[in-house]
Amino acid sequence: MNAPTDLLYTDQHEWIRVQGRMGTVGISDFAQNALGDVTFVDLPAVGTVLARGAEACAIESCKAASGIYAPAAGKVTEVNAALADDPGLVNREPYGKGWLFQLEIADPSDLDRLMQAAQYREFCAKEA
Amino acid sequence: MPFIANTDEQRRQMLAEIGLTAEDLFAPIPAELRCGELNLPPGMSEQKAREHMARLAGRNASHLVSFLGGGFYDHFIPAAVEAIASRSEFYTAYTPYQPEISQGTLQAIYEYQSAVCRLTDMEVANASLYDGGTAIYEAIMMALRVTGRQRVIVDESVNPIYRKMIRSYTRNLGIELVETPVRLSVGKPDRERIADELDERTAALVVQNPNFFGVIDDFTDLSDAAHACGALLLVSCYPVALGLLKTPGAMGADIVTGEGQSLGMGVSFGGPYLGFMAARMEHVRKMPGRLVGRTADNQGRQGFVLTLQAREQHIRREKATSNICTNEGLCALTALAHLCLLGKQGLRELAQCCADKAYYAQQRLLFVPGVTLRYPKQWYFNEFILELPERAEAVIRRLLDRGFAAGFPLSRYYEGMDRSLLVAVTEKRTKEEIDLLAHALEASL
Amino acid sequence: MKLIFDKSVPNRRGPRPVESDVPVRAELPQALLRDRAAELPEVSELDVVRHFTELSRRNFGVDNGFYPLGSCTMKYNPKATERIAHYPGFFYLHPLLPQLPEGERLVQGALEVIHELGRRLCEICGMAAFTTQPLAGAHGELTGTMIMAAYHRERSSRKRVVLIPDSAHGTNPASAAIAGFAVQTVPSDETGVMDVEALRRMMSDEVAGLMLTCPDTLGLFHPRIREICDVVHAADGLMYCDGANLNALVGVCRPGDLGFDILHVNLHKTFATPHGGGGPGAGPVGVCEKLVEFLPASVVRRRQDGTYCLDYDLPRSIGYVAPFYGNFGILVRAYAYLLMLGREGLRRVSENAVLNANYIRCKLREHYDLPYGQVCMHECVFSAAHQAARGVRAMDVAKALIDRGFHPPTVYFPLTVPEAMMIEPTECESRETLDAFVAAMIEIAELAELDPQAVTNCPTTTPVGRLDEVLAARKPDLASLPAR
Repeated sequence: MNAPTDLLYTDQHEWIRVQGRMGTVGISDFAQNALGDVTFVDLPAVGTVLARGAEACAIESCKAASGIYAPAAGKVTEVNAALADDPGLVNREPYGKGWLFQLEIADPSDLDRLMQAAQYREFCAKEA
Repeated sequence: MPFIANTDEQRRQMLAEIGLTAEDLFAPIPAELRCGELNLPPGMSEQKAREHMARLAGRNASHLVSFLGGGFYDHFIPAAVEAIASRSEFYTAYTPYQPEISQGTLQAIYEYQSAVCRLTDMEVANASLYDGGTAIYEAIMMALRVTGRQRVIVDESVNPIYRKMIRSYTRNLGIELVETPVRLSVGKPDRERIADELDERTAALVVQNPNFFGVIDDFTDLSDAAHACGALLLVSCYPVALGLLKTPGAMGADIVTGEGQSLGMGVSFGGPYLGFMAARMEHVRKMPGRLVGRTADNQGRQGFVLTLQAREQHIRREKATSNICTNEGLCALTALAHLCLLGKQGLRELAQCCADKAYYAQQRLLFVPGVTLRYPKQWYFNEFILELPERAEAVIRRLLDRGFAAGFPLSRYYEGMDRSLLVAVTEKRTKEEIDLLAHALEASL
Repeated sequence: MKLIFDKSVPNRRGPRPVESDVPVRAELPQALLRDRAAELPEVSELDVVRHFTELSRRNFGVDNGFYPLGSCTMKYNPKATERIAHYPGFFYLHPLLPQLPEGERLVQGALEVIHELGRRLCEICGMAAFTTQPLAGAHGELTGTMIMAAYHRERSSRKRVVLIPDSAHGTNPASAAIAGFAVQTVPSDETGVMDVEALRRMMSDEVAGLMLTCPDTLGLFHPRIREICDVVHAADGLMYCDGANLNALVGVCRPGDLGFDILHVNLHKTFATPHGGGGPGAGPVGVCEKLVEFLPASVVRRRQDGTYCLDYDLPRSIGYVAPFYGNFGILVRAYAYLLMLGREGLRRVSENAVLNANYIRCKLREHYDLPYGQVCMHECVFSAAHQAARGVRAMDVAKALIDRGFHPPTVYFPLTVPEAMMIEPTECESRETLDAFVAAMIEIAELAELDPQAVTNCPTTTPVGRLDEVLAARKPDLASLPAR
């Protein structure tokens, strides 16, 4: 299972890539695999202010729907418009072109609660 | 025993083979929780049951010459409609969970969805809802999801039975439900009042065409007013009337619902009926109910599947767009067959015929001394309100004795309309019957 | 196969249209008319009949063959009841007639059907009263949870949570949510049934009730049902019974006697009315004595003189849930079925349904995983987990059954069993049919070991192969619309 070491992970299988105050959010390889072929991503509106753990958007496949929760509190500054035409990006490149939205992180201390890659791999092994 | 194949001998063999006794089968149910013999009569033969039911059917006055409508209409049903709907490959199947052996149901629903879109001038229709009333409720819930707002305005010329249903359903949900009174001088929604009520908190405005008084309207102005404050326009309509009338889509409606019973189903004492719903494609993922989509199989052949199921209860559970599971599949198939048999020209001719006969009835009944039209300046499709010189209920009672269900007394649902009689005319009523009604009415006053 | 719209030929006509016999024509103003006719197909009557006959041949119903779709109770739909529902006195009866002055005398036969059906359901289920209005099972759930809300509102309690086991149908949480409740999920225990200790921990003053399917979706009767009822009742919660699986219990035990306060039954399951390719159904709701006053309006009553009337004077009623008295045509069918069965026939229903399910359970347990092996009620749930390890999933087994002439069982439900295959044979099926099905299942299990691809390639005998559901959801094509 692929889990890049430069990302932080939640127990709901979101990842966040932190660059300064900005964080890019997506779902992990483990999550996309469990979900199956993604058919639709219901992205949040730019400007939405999210509390940590609040439902930011939903990802749908043929047989499942899954809520995506904010790994940290913050304001949505950008969403991945390419997903409207090609939701399969989430499956093909979960850590790349399949990202979901960008967040201006309100409180960096939220990140302290997240998992490092090694810890997350262990977590997934238990869930599987 | 009826409808059970295995003989006692086979039962004994089966039990022996699996090493259980008849008692073992119900062992999971503690003995103290079992019931004794039920207090029910013994079974009847098919012949006796049919005789009994025929006797009960005979104690219903389905033979009256009926001018009852109120949203539920007695239209002619071609024999081919019933022949198609009674094919047991359709009616003994269930929800098409296995598409490879359900292409019949699935393609029929796809065609039904297409027909509803074509009829209403909308972009997407679902596979059916229970009836015209629950369809409005579902449309309201959809509008709440689309707008994120909690306030709904319902015009009082929407079928009062549906308004009662909406009130029941919204009672536990913290929705602000506003019912705007009809402008009594014209029998139409009160535009000024609605303009006052529409605001930035409003999710939807609900109207009906033709409305419960039979009056035809054009809601383009209300559509503009609703959209100006970010609300949706919900229009409930009568599908046969759409053979002639301006479509909800052309008026700018966002969600269209209606009762499809008039498309090949009997009035059947209240059901089974057919709720239909159509909307704009941009809102499809907020829609309730089943949706069938066209796709391809592994060899590129066209095929149909249930789709966008992530909206539905079996996946989303408490977050689903609706709790609906079983809908009105066979009724949707019936409506489709009926629309196909009517065809493009036939539906328009049917609608015109209803309008002509209703117009004749209106003119003829106005010859009866003391009878007037309640809203003389309005346009009607096949239903209108007569103002009688005395209480409508008393007149209706006398006409029942003469073999007529002359119409519906508005006083049952509206104050100050004691003398108002709602009269509906379908293609099944003849000139002779209308003339006889006029004579009977004259004699009854 | 072409769409009916693609068979259209300009100016082709169906049956001869109705003719107006009145000497006037209604000329409506142009502004109120549609600008062009709806683009319905222009086809002959024979075109239409052939089109739908061809479609019907691409369908599979109970009349075509064995249809063991778990939790759906696909039993035989007697032809007599179809005939009866079309009697003109039922089919052409206008629902507004009884709302006319003294109109009840015009519909005595219909009111008797509704009243007598309700009375018999009360006897079968052990409830105090029934409403026949709900138009489907999920609509019954909504009606029932609205009654739950009304009961607690009347008692000014702040109960806002409904508890639902994890093995429940999705309609349960969806219904509770739109009745205004928050939903909390109760886990199952190691024997497959709802975990009673977890329920105890989750109970609070906020719990309005518990929705329980009885027997549950694994086909198991909860051995501690009385204790569960006591726990919920102790907090003034209500016990809701999802009666989808009532076919296991009829004539043997009654949900009301077990302690349930509200239940819905699916007439299209237990009472043999057709499923219609997805409705119309009917989901009458029964309640215990203390909830009778909350039932929806109207209520059919029998007067002293034996005549029937409709009561609308119901101040505590939850109001209207249907426009009239329910899916009356379905009520007629169910009532006629009950007339033919009688008390002895009813008891035979559950006995044979449970025997048939256990027969399949025992005959297949050597070949498929049976996560919960105890005696089942009307259905049994296997897992294709063992086969899945070889690349043959529950859906593949389903498709292989199609090629062998059977409708597949329900797959991937309940959610508590991986690779679930839920088999409900019903009482109607003969031993010969069951044996043929068992043989097919065993053959597929063996094939999964020897040649998994021969299974995963199925179906090969159907008009279309496996369909691209991902494409359907990504690029929704939901209607054929005319070019503009």
